[in-house]
Amino acid sequence: MDLSFSKDELAFRDEVRDFIAKNLTEEARRGQRLTPSALSEKAVFGSWHAALYRKGWVAPYWPKEYGGAGWTPAQRYIFESELGLAGAPRLLPFGIHMVGPVIIKFGSQVQKDYYLPRILSGEDYWCQGYSEPGSGSDLASLKTKAVRDGDHYVVNGTKIWTTHAHFADRMFALVRTADTPKRQEGISFLLIDMKTKGISTRPIITIGGDHEVNQVFFDDVHVPVENRVGEENKGWTYAKYLLEFERGAGFRASGLRRELKELRELIARDRAGSVAGDESLASRLSEIEIDIDALEMIELKLLSDVQAGRNPGPVSSVLKLRGTEVFQAITRLGVDVIGHNALVWEPRRPLYGLNEPAVLPEEELAILPAHLDGRAHTIFGGTSEIQHEIIAKQMLGL
Amino acid sequence: MDLSLSDEQRLLGDAASRFIAGRYSFEARRTILQSTEGFSREIWREFADLGWLGLSVPEEFGGLGAGAVETGIVMEALGRALVVEPYLATAVIAVPLIAELGSQQQKAELLPPIVAGKSRLAFAQAEPQARFALDDVATKAVRTSVGWRLEGRKDVVLGAPWADHLLVVARISPTQRDRSGIGVFVVPSSAAGIVRTDYQTLDGGRASNIVFSEAAVPTDALLGGSEHALPAIEKVTDNAIAAMASEAVGCMQVLLETTIAYTKQRIQFGKPLADNQVLRHRMAAMAVKIEEARASALNAVLAADADPLTRARAASSAKVKVGRSGRFVAEQAVQLHGGMGVTEELNVGAYFKRLMAIDIIFGSPEFHLQRHARLSRQQAA
Ligand SMILES: Cc1cc2nc3c(=O)[nH]c(=O)nc-3n(C[C@H](O)[C@H](O)[C@H](O)COP(=O)(O)OP(=O)(O)OC[C@H]3O[C@@H](n4cnc5c(N)ncnc54)[C@H](O)[C@@H]3O)c2cc1C
Repeated sequence: MDLSFSKDELAFRDEVRDFIAKNLTEEARRGQRLTPSALSEKAVFGSWHAALYRKGWVAPYWPKEYGGAGWTPAQRYIFESELGLAGAPRLLPFGIHMVGPVIIKFGSQVQKDYYLPRILSGEDYWCQGYSEPGSGSDLASLKTKAVRDGDHYVVNGTKIWTTHAHFADRMFALVRTADTPKRQEGISFLLIDMKTKGISTRPIITIGGDHEVNQVFFDDVHVPVENRVGEENKGWTYAKYLLEFERGAGFRASGLRRELKELRELIARDRAGSVAGDESLASRLSEIEIDIDALEMIELKLLSDVQAGRNPGPVSSVLKLRGTEVFQAITRLGVDVIGHNALVWEPRRPLYGLNEPAVLPEEELAILPAHLDGRAHTIFGGTSEIQHEIIAKQMLGL
Repeated sequence: MDLSLSDEQRLLGDAASRFIAGRYSFEARRTILQSTEGFSREIWREFADLGWLGLSVPEEFGGLGAGAVETGIVMEALGRALVVEPYLATAVIAVPLIAELGSQQQKAELLPPIVAGKSRLAFAQAEPQARFALDDVATKAVRTSVGWRLEGRKDVVLGAPWADHLLVVARISPTQRDRSGIGVFVVPSSAAGIVRTDYQTLDGGRASNIVFSEAAVPTDALLGGSEHALPAIEKVTDNAIAAMASEAVGCMQVLLETTIAYTKQRIQFGKPLADNQVLRHRMAAMAVKIEEARASALNAVLAADADPLTRARAASSAKVKVGRSGRFVAEQAVQLHGGMGVTEELNVGAYFKRLMAIDIIFGSPEFHLQRHARLSRQQAA
């Protein structure tokens, strides 16, 4: 066994570091730090996306012919780890990690030619229309209906929790096209232009006071049949393929490490010494670090398996489960570090856009909302209970 | 031994439940939060009419002279409804502090208007450097020819924007951390030399950061003329912790009830969520935590008038037990509501936030765990 990277991999790491040093602006980093919710806004990630685009690194995991970088698993890992350590804004996953791979695998040539370059350039802003008020964990029960009318589908129904629908130009949506006894068999995968007549959105404000998610309503929305991906009623297969990407989307340990480091810096800033001298904080920091070490080793093991062509199994569920729990432990500790200041509520948003002074110092502004919004991490992308179910079934054969 | 409520206490509990059910629905609360002032003067008047503002005020000053058990009963009801009016600051902290420390004349001046609902106070105690330590007081009170001059800064003074008077903890002796040489000053909120920054709090309340610079107050502003107020401050905060523990139990109870109702009616995979054993056990675990929290709160309430060591240990125990239970119950309530739990549309998030606030006020569970350990060593010695 050998934990070290090869000479080539180390050279690649230096290249990534160099790129980050030259292209990741302090403004983008600050914007990400001041983003309490899961995804940052275009004002934050925009310049970073553009820099990655120029370098050809927006979607490095795509096949080379569609603009991918053709990297080895180790290179992917290094790339993501360095981004995490640097505190780079997360690019929107909806195009890059979700609908992009689906179009590449199941889309028509016309769809590939049209949509893929627009995802890379950032020209299209995608959102994900899966969940509905009555269909969350049990996604296959979804009811939004698409009825064929000549060369269009007429869509009626509603989607909920749609992240950034209020910014998005396009939505990839699962819709019901047949009432089959087996519910998974009557679902199709549509690409919908958000400007189409009959679409309206309602903001949903999160517990942290942020506008990140929405409810989207469809009232006789006409979607051209050519906007369907793959075959009619096969949408569930494509969605499942996408879920693999969604769960395995990120190596998280390095980002958690950075968040922990920021917390240590916050503690060190305390001049009075009453925080820095608090032994209970010190041991909780260590506990979290121990968790991150284990998480990182699981990631490396996964990487080594993939590199050797072995199937790593449902370990991505383990990573999702523990990654989100460790993240929540960090945000909780942040609240404890700032003591009374966690009682102060800053109602203005976005936090990165505040130009008038706030009651709290800037480094404490996002701590409370991040803790509150952070509760969603064990809910979206498959809840913790559902991850346990997957582990029980797929890992343990129960 | 008898741990059941008396008839009078039961009546108080019934009246509190009725009031909350009739006057403080979640929608009514939302309207209050969105008002300019952020609290309801009408509700405050009704508190006065119900006698709650004078609950622990001695009878000679127009109150009911009731004890910690009665305060706990009212606080649990306020917790159930997430009442934002500053009952804690005025009735649970200011009243006993004045009763403990004040001179006969100060009590006669300050307490009756509180009982009548005409006066609200705020407790200006916490300081940025102190991190919950009650003896760490940097705000200075300097003697002048006509009285006192206050210099310093107080953070997160709960209810200050609604208060006519502040009870300011300030240091009279020169050493910043010294058990003696601390006084409590009654200062009109509008006094010269006071600059207040008002803001909303996590739980929908209001608070202020307050800077005192050359704030001149008369000689008789010092409560009871006492330069050794720390023991009284400790007693009052310990008892406020016990009262907040009861409030937290009220919050937790509603979260459990709401979660049970939600998981019974929400269908996923063709059956109610509550049919999944893992979720049933989770709710059972929430119920167990609430039982423990209720017991721990009762322990602290019953220790309200015990010797200082017993009282302090019971209060810190409650802080730890109730804090940890509250976190578990709130986090699981959110989790079991799925996406709905992390929005401002349901009341689940609001209870989550109030439980967080209760956790922070007067010190985190971790702080009180250490205090408990210190007190235990003291007791052993
Ligand atoms: C911030 C945020 C952003 C989101 N963004 C998007 C988006 O962009 N697009 C999109 O389509 N969706 C999005 N979602 C929706 C997300 O995928 C769902 O919230 C999630 O699938 C859970 O569904 P639900 O909220 O309906 O909860 P439910 O499925 O109703 O679950 C409620 C609780 O019951 C538990 N539970 C459910 N079934 C079982 C079972 N069989 N056994 C044990 N426990 C069970 C769950 O674990 C949970 O604790 C987002 C959600 C959030 C909170």
